[in-house]
Order: sequence, then structure tokens, then C-alpha cells
Amino acid sequence: MADVKKEHELIVTVSPHVRDEETTSRIMWTVNLSLLPALFMGFYFFGLKALFITALCIISSVLSEYFFQKAVKKKLTINDGSAFLTGLLLGMNLPSSLWSFNPFTIHVPIIGSVIAVVITKQFFGGLGYNIFNPALIGRAFLLISFPKAMTIWTEPSAAFFALDAKTTATPLGILKEDGLAKLIEVFGDKLNLYAELFNGHRAGSIGETSVLALLIGAGFLLYKRYITWHIPFSFLGTVAMLAWIFGGKNPETGKMLLFAGDPLIHLLSGGLMLGAFFMATDYVTCPTVRKGQIVFGIGCGALTMLIRIKGGYPEGVMFAILLMNCFAPLIDRAMKSDVFGAVKEKKK
Amino acid sequence: MMALATFKGGIHPPDKKDIAKNRAIKEAKSPQRVVIPLSQHLGAPCKPIVSIGQEIKKGAVIGEPGGFVSAPVHSSVSGKVIAIAEFPNAMGRMVNSIVIENDWKEEWTSLKDNPDYIKLSADELKEKVKAAGIVGMGGAAFPTLVKLSPPKEKPIDTVIINGAECEPYLTADYRLMMERPAEIVEGLKILMRILGVNKGFIGIENNKPDAIEKMKDAAKNEPDIEVCGLEVKYPQGAEKMLISALTGREVPPRALPMDVRVVVQNVGTALAVYEAARYGKPLIERVVTVTGEGIKNPANLMVKIGTLISDIVEECGGFKDSAGKVVSGGPMMGFALSTLDVPVTKGTSGILVIPEKGVVHAEEYGPCIRCGRCIDICPMGLMPSMLSILSEKGHYEDAKEYNLFDCFECGSCAFVCPSKRPIVQLVRLAKSLVKP
Ligand code: SF4
Ligand code: SF4
Repeated sequence: MADVKKEHELIVTVSPHVRDEETTSRIMWTVNLSLLPALFMGFYFFGLKALFITALCIISSVLSEYFFQKAVKKKLTINDGSAFLTGLLLGMNLPSSLWSFNPFTIHVPIIGSVIAVVITKQFFGGLGYNIFNPALIGRAFLLISFPKAMTIWTEPSAAFFALDAKTTATPLGILKEDGLAKLIEVFGDKLNLYAELFNGHRAGSIGETSVLALLIGAGFLLYKRYITWHIPFSFLGTVAMLAWIFGGKNPETGKMLLFAGDPLIHLLSGGLMLGAFFMATDYVTCPTVRKGQIVFGIGCGALTMLIRIKGGYPEGVMFAILLMNCFAPLIDRAMKSDVFGAVKEKKK
Repeated sequence: MMALATFKGGIHPPDKKDIAKNRAIKEAKSPQRVVIPLSQHLGAPCKPIVSIGQEIKKGAVIGEPGGFVSAPVHSSVSGKVIAIAEFPNAMGRMVNSIVIENDWKEEWTSLKDNPDYIKLSADELKEKVKAAGIVGMGGAAFPTLVKLSPPKEKPIDTVIINGAECEPYLTADYRLMMERPAEIVEGLKILMRILGVNKGFIGIENNKPDAIEKMKDAAKNEPDIEVCGLEVKYPQGAEKMLISALTGREVPPRALPMDVRVVVQNVGTALAVYEAARYGKPLIERVVTVTGEGIKNPANLMVKIGTLISDIVEECGGFKDSAGKVVSGGPMMGFALSTLDVPVTKGTSGILVIPEKGVVHAEEYGPCIRCGRCIDICPMGLMPSMLSILSEKGHYEDAKEYNLFDCFECGSCAFVCPSKRPIVQLVRLAKSLVKP
């Protein structure tokens, strides 16, 4: 009876002794994959420059993580796909015009990547411990430090190799400066405006323009349950609601006209779709309790519309998510999950 | 089809029951010696009442209960007491145990068939359960007598027989339901009589349709007994989840099933109750599923309490060459053994042999990425992520704010965690360092 024991060293670990196949890196790489359709649309509309910018962001993000972890002798985690994802998201949030040697702005994406990965993520303890969405902090930092370079938008052109495209304003920019009538005029008619916004044939950040492509990726993530509806739907719902209530303007006086806004334009433009499905849903920086996520989504939506309608920037998705990131731990604390049996007990 | 009864949360691990499912219960070889721990149950250990060298018969009491929450232990063989000393149990603790050398005579103390057992009074029946040393056989080993003695102000109106067997791999209860359904129903009737209730449920997970059929058939003339299919989901067999699924009552945090007027007993326990009431047979053997990808001949064995796991492994043909981990119990809540020389006790439902490549190593875990999966599935509605983070940082007191003590260590959270965090281990650590 003892020989059984001698032949085999037994491994002792704590229960459970079976585990699901899901891993952190599989999740990260799947999210990377789900961004591909939108990325390709970005390349299609903004050409090689877009490709260079995203590649630059990805490479500098992964390298900064590598060098930082080497320097402080931490375990290397570049294979888990999260630094790659940060780089990819940052790149998709930048204008393709940054690929320019005169004026020289190639360093801008690199700085953004270092800020995102090293300052926002690694300084706080690495994956899981950061408070803010790294890619968004990277972008916010760049927007404040390089306000000019960060707001040069080029016209989408299908000519892939065109390195010099005409500059123009984003739809939200036009809406803010010149109003709805002008925006419709630029796109021909209202229907065409919606269609172009949906396809992504408009000025904007590399990966944010094609709502169609983003929805394909988002649908995939929802289907695979990598994200749930709670944040994106409450986010988008709030934006639509507030756009309808407060987004209208009296064409003559220019004053706000209640219940006259066009929710569709607000839903389809800016970084909303990219933000709502891929950035606000970042596990680490959003609440973990589902009902807390609804509060988080509503908060993101409300802040986005506050900035879009009242603020100094035409677009508010980025700052809205970052602001709500601060509240995520608080929301989790306040809205702890319902303990089994406790709710019923109170009702009695 | 009617929606199946269930609870909120839960997980779907691969059930792997095919490995041992179709192996009929077989009597295990009587071992040369048995090591019978004096503490096999939750509660006070027993006091030994035999001495070294004493000859005893099978079924003789060798340890008397050490308190109200306790249960006597009996010899599972006839033979001679050769040692009373501390031996390791499956949880790795040293417990006072009595070692008996088998004389292979299989001489019983006294077994009397009393076919009229159902005419006995509730108190007489309870006395039989007490004398037989019956404890919950699903794993927790809580003395059955205690559950059958609710305080006056807590009347019971329902008895549930737990046939969920939601732990993957295990098939002991399934085999009992397939082979001895009538006796299980009798056991339930006895329990109902002792408690004076007229509502009995038998809850069975829906992945065992043949067992549901068998039990329904066995209970067809019992209007007070309802056999219910349950959704296949872990931990469907946890007491609180089972009660909520079958009766819609939620046991409040920290409360007991009796607080919602329910008593739950496992299938094996019901059978033991029947045997005790009818024959006066003490709990000295139980069905153990020997299974897993790493064992040569999987089986469901009727094993004498005190048989060493090494003997059982040998009887089942030993390991395939890759055995890496041996678990006492199921894969979700069982204990990994560091040695095979530990005895089967009243609560041992299975022996699971996991091949080396199937083992998840403890070091390979990452930070919590706050994905929320564990929160979605925690059957108790807790935030396992926070419990694990606070415990990891040493903030054990703070973990109480997140209902640390409501966690019953079912392991669902650790199962789904993509970072492979040892959440159960961290919870246990915190629990051991703070007071409830
Ligand atoms: S082990 Fe505890 S915290 Fe984890 S799922 Fe089970 S009850 Fe919830
Ligand atoms: S499943 Fe794991 S990684 Fe996800 S929230 Fe829970 S503990 Fe954190």
C-alpha cells in the first residue's frame, strides 16, 4: 500500500481543483481583436498615416511596459495583451494628422503612450490597480499639452497612400461652432449625414469614426460576454435622452430649445461609440457591481452631454469617462451586491 | 416545459460524471486495519471507550459523543484495538483515532430487523438515529441528531432530501438513487415522522433524469413527497441554494435552514437513517466515488469507515502514470491530500484523482482585473473580488464589511476568475484571523 505513495509526489493546492479556461490574456487579446474592424475602417479612411500612428502607439506602449518592468524588476507581463490594448486604443483615439514631419509631431504619440502605460498604469501598481483608463489619460495629457496638433483633423479620403489630406473640422466641431443647419449643408442632406456618420466617412480620430465597424466589434464582445450591456446602454441611453432634451437650438435666436435636439447625430458622432463600448467598459476602471455600472454609464452620458453642450470642447466622452473613473471605487462601495437572504429579510 | 427550480448565480463546470456514473455500487474489500477518527463530524470530538488490546465486534461503539453537537463512532470491522493515537485526517489535521486490526470474522454486535419501524414513536426513532452516529454525508458531516432537534420556537414544516450532487465527478448519491430508491424514500418518511412534518421534497439535478424517474417511481404512493428536477448548476446542492430553489425561502445571512422551517438531509444520510431505524445499524460504511482521469478503474464503492485511501486506490487499480493530485471530496470543495494514508470518514463522498497536467498551480495567479465575473456568479451575492483583495493586502477586518463570514467557500468565484486568484484560500486566511 505504501508503494503507491512513493512513486507519486502528490500536489497539494486549495480548492477548487478545477478552473474555467478563461484567462486574463485571452480576454485582452479578444478585446484587441474586436477593435480590428474599426481599425481597418480607420486605415481605409485615413490611409497609411493612420496605420503608422497606431503602430507607433502600440510599439511604444509595449516597449514602455517592457522597460519599466525590467527596470523595477517586476514580472514581465507584455504578453497579456493589456499594454498592446492600451497602445491600440490610444492610437485609435488620435488624429492621423499627427504623422507629420513639418511641423514635427511624431513624438506626440510616443509621449502619450509612455504617460498611459508608465504613469497611469505601472506607477499605480500595474494592471488591476490603476484608477484611470490608461489610454484616455494618455490622450487627455496630449490634448492639454499639444492642443493644436491634437485638433488638426483631416478629411477622410479613400486614397490610401495620400499623405497630405485636406484639413477640416469634425462634425461635432461644426455643430458646436456653426449649428445644425451648417452641418447638414456640409453633408448634403440629413439622411446622407446619418449615413456618412454611420459608415465613418467623416473627420475624427482614427478609430472612432465608423459606427458600423465599432458595432460589429461591440456585438462580438457582448455576444461573448466579455462586456455586458449595463455600461454602454446606460451611457448611450443617457446621451440620447439629454441630446433630445437639451440639444436643440432655436435657429433664429440661437438659444437652447427644449425637447428639440437630434439624438441620432450625438449618438453617431465623436468618440461616443468607441468610448461607450470599449473604454468605459474597461474592467479595471469601471465599477464591478452591475447596478453600479448603470450609475456609472448614466454619469458618463450626463457628463458627456454637459461638455458637448455647455463645455469648451466639442467632444466630452474622454473627460466624462475619466471623471467617472474616479467615482468607480466609490460606486462599488456604495452599491455592494445584494447578499443572499438579506433583502428578503429586510422586507419582512 | 416547466422552468426548473434554481437559484441566482452559480456556474457550469464540466460535470465529468460519465467517468463513474455507470459503475454499480460494489462492496470494497475489507481492509486489514481501519483507522477510525474520533472526530469525523462538526462539533465536539468523541471520547474513546475502548482500550488497546480489547476485542470488539463490528458495529460496537468505540467513541462516545463529547457533547450535544457530536455523534458516536462505531467499529466498522470486528477485531482487536491496536492503537489509540493521533493520525492525520484528509484535511491534514492530526486527530485522535482508534486503529482496529481486522479479524475478518465480520461479527456484528446486534442487528435486528424490525419491519414495523414506522410504528415507533418519533422519540424512539430519534433515539435510533442518535445511537447510529449519523451525520450529514454530503461532506460537511453535521450531526443529524442536532438537525432533528430544533428548539421549540423554531417549528419545522419541510424536509428536503438533497440529491442534487452538484459537485462534478461525484456519482455516489446518483448510484444510491438508482439502486436503492425505495429505502431513500423510507428514510425521508422517517425523518418527516421524527420532525412531525408532512411535506417532503427530493431535489435532483436535471442531468440525472433516470434517477429522477427512479425516485418518482419509488415515491409515487406518497402524496406528501415531491420529487423535483433542478437546473444543473453548481452549487445547486448547497443547503441555502437548494432551499431557495425548492421552497422559494431564502435563509438569511448567518441563519440556519431551521430558521426558514426547513431541514435538509443528503441522500446517503436518508439511507443511513432508514437502516438505523429498521435494523439498528450504525453508520460504519458509506458509498465513495473513486473517479477522475488519473485512476485506472473508477468505481462507486461501499467502503468501511476507517479504510485508508491508499487501500482504495490500490483496489481501483492504482493511478494511471500521470496522477498529480488526489482530492478527498469533489473538485470544487474537496481537500487535496498530501498523503494517501488517511482514512475514509463519514463525510468522504469521493476520491478524485487529477492527472498532473490538469492541476492548476497555486503560484500562477495574477492581480484582480475587476472583471466582475465572480460577483455575477457568487451564489451568496458577495463580492469575492474585494474579499480577495482585502485579504491579500492584510486588511482582514475590512473584509468583514464585505460579508466575509457569509462565504461558504463553494469555490465558484475561483473557478471563473480569469486571473486564477486563490480566492477561497484568501477568504479562509481572513476568516482565521478575525472574529465574526
Ligand atoms: S467561495 Fe464564497 S465568495 Fe466565492 S462564490 Fe462561493 S460563496 Fe461566493
Ligand atoms: S473574477 Fe477574478 S479578476 Fe474578475 S473581479 Fe473576480 S477576482 Fe477579480
